[in-house]
Amino acid sequence: MSVQKKKARAGFFIILPSLAFIGIFVYYFIFLTIRTSTSNWNSFSSLLSGEYKFIGLRNYQRLFNDPRFQTDLWNTLFFTLFFLAGCIILGIFLANIIDKKLRGSSFFQNLFLFPMAISYVVTGTVWGWIFAPGNLPTSPQGINLLLENLGWSNLQWMWYTSTQSIGNFNLALIPVIIAATWQMSGYVMAMYLAGLRAIPEEMIEAAQVDGSTGTQLFWRIKMPMLRPITLSAMIVIGHMSLKIFDLIYAMTGSGPNNVTDMPAIYMFEQMFRSNRYAIASAIAIIMLIMVAAVIIPYLYSSFRGER
Amino acid sequence: MMAEKTNKTSLTIYYIILAVFTIFYVLPFYVTISTSFKPFEEVSISNMWKLPSKFSIEGFKAAFARLGPNLKNSFYLTIPATLISAMIGSINGFALSKLRFKYSNIVFALILFGMFIPYQSVLFPLIQFFQAIGLYGTIPALIITHVIYGIPITTLMFKNYYEEIPNELVEASSVDGANIWQSYTKILLPISMPGFVVVIIWQFTNIWNEFLFAVTITSDPTKQPITVALVNLAGSQVVQWNIQMAGALIAALPTLIVYIILGRYFVRGLLAGSVKG
Repeated sequence: MSVQKKKARAGFFIILPSLAFIGIFVYYFIFLTIRTSTSNWNSFSSLLSGEYKFIGLRNYQRLFNDPRFQTDLWNTLFFTLFFLAGCIILGIFLANIIDKKLRGSSFFQNLFLFPMAISYVVTGTVWGWIFAPGNLPTSPQGINLLLENLGWSNLQWMWYTSTQSIGNFNLALIPVIIAATWQMSGYVMAMYLAGLRAIPEEMIEAAQVDGSTGTQLFWRIKMPMLRPITLSAMIVIGHMSLKIFDLIYAMTGSGPNNVTDMPAIYMFEQMFRSNRYAIASAIAIIMLIMVAAVIIPYLYSSFRGER
Repeated sequence: MMAEKTNKTSLTIYYIILAVFTIFYVLPFYVTISTSFKPFEEVSISNMWKLPSKFSIEGFKAAFARLGPNLKNSFYLTIPATLISAMIGSINGFALSKLRFKYSNIVFALILFGMFIPYQSVLFPLIQFFQAIGLYGTIPALIITHVIYGIPITTLMFKNYYEEIPNELVEASSVDGANIWQSYTKILLPISMPGFVVVIIWQFTNIWNEFLFAVTITSDPTKQPITVALVNLAGSQVVQWNIQMAGALIAALPTLIVYIILGRYFVRGLLAGSVKG
């Protein structure tokens, strides 16, 4: 056997145990969850008897007709949209300022990244307190109290307990989006900063010699060069957002009228409070499909590009 | 002259913008730290935004009395899980970057997919599995969970790290008669330190901060990690805000310390984790 062949064989055998673990704990477990999601395991009697009955897609049908789950899907859509927009806009904006190499810019860079080191649970607990509305108008709390102290009590509202909405967008999501953006925007900033620093100096200089202004430089040179970073950021933040759980669980829960409910919260309740394993599994599989729709094309294209 | 002047105004504008954002990013820290150092009698809603009039560690004492055991659990869980998953990642990264075999790219993509899945989609079988082997509700179960679901990210990070190291280095050793195991332990491992630092920081932070597995795999409060205990603390209405904020600070402190001391590597981990291929 040639050395090359020997090495390749060794490589395969080294990976094999990990591949087996992933095969069981990811792919086989997903299969088991799909199996549960098409079963009748929604009551204690069917569970205790251990009787498994295939009922097709009935659990999925039930979910899509369930007003709470419909709210969850709208919430996921709007949360993802604004969370993504917030992180990307803030990320580009802050990265461009930090990149000016002002005095103390590394201090600011570290500061904006700080929240990323902290758990969503801590973020949720702290921001939950900051946005707690209190009893308006007599005893405001949190931000509402701050607004009152500043003489802006007309800006007070119910924050994450508000049941107002615009179309299908629940305004109660706004404080949650702010907290999430606080946590993750520094990450996106760091990605853009790395991207900006990778742009060759000569390119910027050449454009400046040609008389480009700062704005032209930004739109014509930097932004096109940063496109792959934007894609990465969208993938990273987007897939996080589709399955967001800890932050909402610690900060608001499902909220009045499910205004801040998400598929992951609903799934958790169905599985661990109501023992409706089949419905919970169906929610989990819908979440998986949403994430896979984003991730599989991305993995596919990046591996095809590598060859 | 003209150019210099606009430069100066834009400089001022930049600093004003940075100052405004500083307020936004610091605000939660301000509230948390100032509240946690307030004495009990001073913790009321109307005082929320004020600094403590006198410095007190009552809140910390109370929080520590309730969260101390969970803090210990988090260390028992995070340290072994981090070290084991880093070791596995290093060996896998070696195989995927230096011992490429047919279809190794596809194998890698199959492993990598495990990093993105919502863990909800494996949660129920996972719990049944731990119940079947009698580990449900224990810290070892959580360690196993984090090691297995950590394989994709640690493999990715080490693969990227080892790809920067020239193949000739490893090949030269095999010409000298070293077997594969020796080229890994004698050549690659000694120069892997920077890679390990990044991966360990990343895994330590992630596992410490994790919540979904922690809350569903451990139901006994004495066995729960600190993230779960913190949420339970916040859920009980009797607790005062200074205790809760001190609790939040205690839960955040280990990862914050890592970030402050080893921030450079933390950022490198962040960027490696953002999958640039």
